[in-house]
Amino acid sequence: MLVLQATILIFVAITATAVVFTRQPVRQVVGLSFYGIILGLLFFILQAPDVALSQITIGAVALPLMFMLSLAKIRRDAEERKRREESEHRREAA
Amino acid sequence: MNRRVRRWFFLICACAIFGLFVSAVRQMPTFGHYRGPYGDILNRETVYERHITDVVTAVNFDWRGIDTLGEESILFLSVIGTLVLLRKPSSEVNDSHDENDTADKRKGREIPLPSAATRVATLGLVGPLVVFGLYIVAHGHLTPGGGFQGGVILATAPLLVYLAGDLKSFKRIANHETVQIGEALGLLGFLILGLPGMIRGGAYLRNVLPLGTSGHVFSGGMIAPINVCTGVAVSAGLVAVTYVFLEHTLETRLRGRR
Repeated sequence: MLVLQATILIFVAITATAVVFTRQPVRQVVGLSFYGIILGLLFFILQAPDVALSQITIGAVALPLMFMLSLAKIRRDAEERKRREESEHRREAA
Repeated sequence: MNRRVRRWFFLICACAIFGLFVSAVRQMPTFGHYRGPYGDILNRETVYERHITDVVTAVNFDWRGIDTLGEESILFLSVIGTLVLLRKPSSEVNDSHDENDTADKRKGREIPLPSAATRVATLGLVGPLVVFGLYIVAHGHLTPGGGFQGGVILATAPLLVYLAGDLKSFKRIANHETVQIGEALGLLGFLILGLPGMIRGGAYLRNVLPLGTSGHVFSGGMIAPINVCTGVAVSAGLVAVTYVFLEHTLETRLRGRR
């Protein structure tokens, strides 16, 4: 049991560090989701299935989903703004 | 503040925090040794007093039910806030249609249809997922789970429909009035379920229903109805938020599909 706990704790440390050092947001979110699953496993191994279930649903599904949707929205808004500026420039040039 | 001063400031603060951290860790109970009395008391008493086999759910929805009511209100308010911030007036959505269509086509970004394998796998999962979500909600007082977890699982079912590329069905499910009504009714149900306890002269959220036999689905009194209300509110809230994020993409894609 102790070996299992130590292994999963090391995995938590590795995935958490990986999430911090990933610089690209989209990849970071995927890493965060993976980290959420590992953390859920840790809770399960520490005999807290309730918390593990919450962690898997929120940390591995809902939170990364919200991040992904926000990133998509930010990107779309930026593209829209760029397009609007371009069309304004064209109008001014004409 | 120049670079050097900033570095010294950081080093001093980091040392101070590290010292506090070390002293805090030294005072922690050793790993795996719980020393507070409350957990032991709850583990001993819950099954006898509340006829609930999942102590965590009993803590969440009975012993400290009012905290959970606060948590659900926070969730409700953040969902409403997101909807207010992101919902576009319908005129704006319609205006930007053509521009978006041409933009998507110009960049070679036509929407790829999901492969047959994806469609079969995702659509095949929808039914079992709904059943599993309902099971998690309904058995919150018996096994790990409850309204919050089951609600999230239920909310992922419409998303699978979206992933399968069935955009029209996703829109019909997620933009349905029942989603918004469900979000409100879930919280309202929780609030109302607290009242009978007061009417009978006790505290708010006090149990008034028969406790039943431990381990049966119909046991534990008020916890199962409250869990159902929470499940409705959480799933409806998550579906509403996802829809409002995907709304614009969805409008463009549905139009492009025609």
